[in-house]
Amino acid sequence: MHILIQGGRVIDPAHQFDAVTDVFVAVGRIAGLGQRPAGFKAERVIDASGHIVCPGLIDLCARLREPGLEHKATIASETRAAAAGGITTLVCPPDTDPVIDEPAVVELIRRRAKAAGHARVLTLGALTHRLRGERLAEMAALKEAGCVGVGDGGRPITNTRVLRRALEYAATFDLTVFLTPLDPELSHGLAHEGQVSTRLGLPGILAAAETGIIARDLELIRDIGVRVHFGRLSCARSVELVARAQAEGLPVSADAAIHHLHLTENDLLGFDSECHVRPPLRSQRDRDALRAGVSNGTLGALCSDHQPHESDAKCGPLGDTEPGISGLDTLLGLSLRLARDHGWPLMTLIERLSWGPARILGLPSGHLGVGAPADLCIFDPDASWRLAASHLRSRGQNSPFIGWELQGRVTHTLFDGELVYAYEA
Amino acid sequence: MTTTSIQLDRQGRLLHFLTTEGLSRRHLTEILDTAESLRGVAERRVKKLPTLHGKTVVNLFFEASTRTRTTFELAAKRLSADVLNLNIATSSAVKGESLLDTLRNIEAMQCDMFVVRHEQSGAAEFIARHVKPHIAVLNAGDGRHAHPTQAMLDVFTIRRHKPDFPSLRVAIVGDILHSRVARSLIHALSILGAGEIRVIAPCTLLPAQVESLGVQVFHLPEQGLRDVDVIVMLRLQRERMEGALLPSEQEFFQRYGLTEDRLALAKPDALVMHPGPINRGVEIDSRVADGPRSVILEQVTNGIAVRMAIMSITLGNHARPDGEIA
Repeated sequence: MHILIQGGRVIDPAHQFDAVTDVFVAVGRIAGLGQRPAGFKAERVIDASGHIVCPGLIDLCARLREPGLEHKATIASETRAAAAGGITTLVCPPDTDPVIDEPAVVELIRRRAKAAGHARVLTLGALTHRLRGERLAEMAALKEAGCVGVGDGGRPITNTRVLRRALEYAATFDLTVFLTPLDPELSHGLAHEGQVSTRLGLPGILAAAETGIIARDLELIRDIGVRVHFGRLSCARSVELVARAQAEGLPVSADAAIHHLHLTENDLLGFDSECHVRPPLRSQRDRDALRAGVSNGTLGALCSDHQPHESDAKCGPLGDTEPGISGLDTLLGLSLRLARDHGWPLMTLIERLSWGPARILGLPSGHLGVGAPADLCIFDPDASWRLAASHLRSRGQNSPFIGWELQGRVTHTLFDGELVYAYEA
Repeated sequence: MTTTSIQLDRQGRLLHFLTTEGLSRRHLTEILDTAESLRGVAERRVKKLPTLHGKTVVNLFFEASTRTRTTFELAAKRLSADVLNLNIATSSAVKGESLLDTLRNIEAMQCDMFVVRHEQSGAAEFIARHVKPHIAVLNAGDGRHAHPTQAMLDVFTIRRHKPDFPSLRVAIVGDILHSRVARSLIHALSILGAGEIRVIAPCTLLPAQVESLGVQVFHLPEQGLRDVDVIVMLRLQRERMEGALLPSEQEFFQRYGLTEDRLALAKPDALVMHPGPINRGVEIDSRVADGPRSVILEQVTNGIAVRMAIMSITLGNHARPDGEIA
């Protein structure tokens, strides 16, 4: 299939390219920019005038609920939502059921994603067997099966000896380790420990539950030389710790979930279960530091931390509900709203959503160089619209952003050179 | 929408009673004055008023409690309501029907008021948001969040002895961290303009940034009890010892227990209060609990009048044609 994307403003952060030009797509690859490649015969022309053409978004953390929790969502349902949100690559953490600790599970997810065909689904293997934090998972086999890294799957390893060995073993096979820093012993709570948790009488999770683990992990990796990525940071101090480690030259990267850049502990007032997330929404100061971290690049990626739920999971007193937000549908719209409100260059924002995560993962995609996989997102940057529940394509309708004004509208998504989504007004 | 706004109608009248936080002095004074007028009912030969005749009150208790449930039951009966007691075990091990299903079932029995106690903070508010508009919800304790009827009976008891709130110095002693009683009482006292509210506890039993509630923090009773007019002792749950919050009951009693010596630091006419049930020898010495300054049993008596007042006010507001109950 030859597709010509005509007259759009092409933004490619990897090459610091920003100009109005045509993009030529042929047999799943970017075949040319500006210049029509020899033998190119457009079978389809997409008019992108007035729109932005950029690499398809890469989401570092999306729970698709399959295998294991298909009553919440499936790979097919969530990859379809991703395509509508301009996301072409999703990283699935290993806490599926069964856990991604053997090649068969990796294969199963790959097969389901391929059958659905809406987006690329990459997997993180488990660092430890069953994610129990006791003995190492067969990381070499997982890498061979296609895992793009290994991680704790949201269940931090408490045993420091096991963690050290897991990091060393991952380094042996040149695997990036994805950690979610939150001390299990300090995180039985429901809300950021502060004024709001005190007022609402909600058990708190103090900032040190996150920063303490990051500090420990940074000391551990100092001599191992393993690449570590900290996912879903929530505290100002965490950003500082990561920035300092990066300045020292440690191979450390980090991301934040988009909801942590918009919401704070105050959004829990009224016990809104849609704002029940882990790590918890923190103070305004923390939120501002995360924004600054994304803006200056300490946090190299913005992700959805997608966690779709059935409505029952969110219906009850806060402590009886499950944490998480369904985020695929709103990742771009919320990000563009931030860029608009804070005057961030589109180049920077798109970098954090594509090339940034691609580099963290070591992927050949995330850019628009000739020969790159033709994963593309085309959006109208000027459209602003109010999110209604009916707009959510994810099976999880759990979003605190319903009623919010979002910026930008995805009009087309190309995955592997195929048009997987086109907006119909 | 905040908890405060959901319990009021558009005219600012109480439809539910979920928390004292955010209410106005007018709301609290109305409850106290109504309770005062109802206090005499118990001394009559026939201890009943027809106010809630034909109404059904459901005590919906997801957490065990005999005392609080009994006083709500008595309050409803003295107002001639029919009372249904439902104790629903919510051990997390036994996942039964969802809270919403339970609610729908009881609603179908055509009740007018739910009195709710639940182990989760925010449970009463959740129920108030989901019940049919004609039903009033009273919070009989939700997690660590609020226990507003207890707070009202406490300020009612204080007002009967010491009506001048601006000159009042109140100390709340013990496990503030887990206490819904403390939170609701602090809000009620500040709304009524109490001169000074103190909390006295070790750091392990204080919630983060507790000063933000408008209290003075003391870590030792020797400092905090000096010249106070009212001492409110909180119940210490035995489980707290296992949570690495306190070393032992003995040490807690030695450092924080209300003894006659410590009571002597307060004003000579200071009131000693406790929401009950008391742990003698853990937070309070028997001689103080049974002594002349103790108004602990009076609190229990007053609890009935205060709950009668809250029941008649909220159901009365539901009955008004312009009540904006949609």
